[in-house]
Amino acid sequence: MKPIEEVQAMTETYEKIFIVGCGSCSTSCQTGGEEQVSEMAEKLGDKVVGTAMVEEPCDLRLDRRDLKAHKAEIGEADAILVMSCGVGVQTLGDYTGKIVLPASDTLFIGQTERIGKFYDRCLACGECILDETGGICPITRCAKALLNGPCGGQVDGKCEVGEYTYDCAWITIYDRLKEQDRLDLFMKFRPPRDYSKKTLTIEHIF
Amino acid sequence: MASNRPAYSNLMKEIEKGNFVLTGELEPEKITDLEEVLVSARAMKPYVVAANVTDNPLAMAYMSSLIPSYVVQRDVGLETVYQVVVRDRNRLALTSDLLAASYLGIKNVLAISGDHTVLGDNKGGRAVYDLDSAQFVYLLKKMIDEGVDLAGNEIHGKIEMNVGIAANPNANPLDPEILKIGRKVKIGADFIQTQTMFDIDLTKEFLKETERFNCPTLVGIFPLKSFGIADFFDKYIPGVSVPKDLLASMKKCKEESDKEKRKVLYDEVNIEFFSPFIKEIRKTTKAAGIHVMAVLYERILDPLLSEMI
Repeated sequence: MKPIEEVQAMTETYEKIFIVGCGSCSTSCQTGGEEQVSEMAEKLGDKVVGTAMVEEPCDLRLDRRDLKAHKAEIGEADAILVMSCGVGVQTLGDYTGKIVLPASDTLFIGQTERIGKFYDRCLACGECILDETGGICPITRCAKALLNGPCGGQVDGKCEVGEYTYDCAWITIYDRLKEQDRLDLFMKFRPPRDYSKKTLTIEHIF
Repeated sequence: MASNRPAYSNLMKEIEKGNFVLTGELEPEKITDLEEVLVSARAMKPYVVAANVTDNPLAMAYMSSLIPSYVVQRDVGLETVYQVVVRDRNRLALTSDLLAASYLGIKNVLAISGDHTVLGDNKGGRAVYDLDSAQFVYLLKKMIDEGVDLAGNEIHGKIEMNVGIAANPNANPLDPEILKIGRKVKIGADFIQTQTMFDIDLTKEFLKETERFNCPTLVGIFPLKSFGIADFFDKYIPGVSVPKDLLASMKKCKEESDKEKRKVLYDEVNIEFFSPFIKEIRKTTKAAGIHVMAVLYERILDPLLSEMI
């Protein structure tokens, strides 16, 4: 979980926050289970307009099912604080179109055993900036993992890698931020990452 | 100037004087001998103030750009713009190479991302991108202006270099490209060098949009030596397409069976296309100059540029 000071700073400018917890991996990790969600709601106080648990926020079908009863509260919220891995944060962003804020610095992703279609959405880099990039991860979705994109390899919004079939992450980020009237975040210079934060982290004990 | 950094290189000094500058391009390939590069450098010297030396362009594993950048300056007396891509080196290697370049008297560095490894001739290689090109400009600013590396460790001695960045006015959508350039100029770029341009209107629109950054811009052009090159360029260079009419004219030249006559025809097509292009840029825009990427096509420089110098 991100330190509470960081979460408070991230949520500072929003008046109404809706919190979503994860009934799966984040419950097991004790970073986004029922207990942590209610603790977070208490810490953030009056600005929390509602909370909900989704069995697996990374699964669009379960978001639809478990958040159906919360449509009004979500509609009212300025932003959604998601207490799951980066996949859940992005799925909620895709599902609601709202500003999504990550409550965790995701370090690893559990394996889900199911035959179907999957999207690589979080590389568990350990330095989550989804709050700055419109809920779209450039570490995963940019072939060069650029923090200050796009590069010269985007053509009509498509990436030079994969023969221009995949969307350029940074154009997607630009579009999303523009839609949310937050282009100041696009202009922001992001300094180099600190790779020492995640060096030989094979064991994760919470 | 955008960065407030002194003009260390002849290229920057000429730009600061307000002279319309011309630069060239050298491409060391998979070679162990620099003779061909030196022949090209000597051929372009009368026309240009400096020459770029490419760094593994299109992710091809070629000779390191540092050594030719040095040897061209030493043996030909032509200043170089040392191109460095962040694809192949992490921050340690970039710092090391820049320290070495400083010792070798390199005065210009062009900080670029580099095409992804999967586009190159060693597709399985791990693309590094420890820093992106903006962060590389930030590293250069630290090294040149503050005398420290990225972590703040002191560098013994002074690095005197000017920093160039690349831009693609062909980008669609253009707005994120413009915003990105603004972001990079603010960090510490001295000049902008554009991707190859064929479209005069796009070039003008881009120059107008970037005027507010107050950063000298060199407009890139790529005279097409043959139809094969034009066709390759059109198909495989990310973000660049050759105008259909120009491509058709080049194709027509290809039909000429006499090699010497064919050369003349190709030259005529290029002069007809690029001469007015260069003149219009010079006359009607605030561009600082033209970057001519006439790799192994130095014979076109005289008819194209002799009026300019």
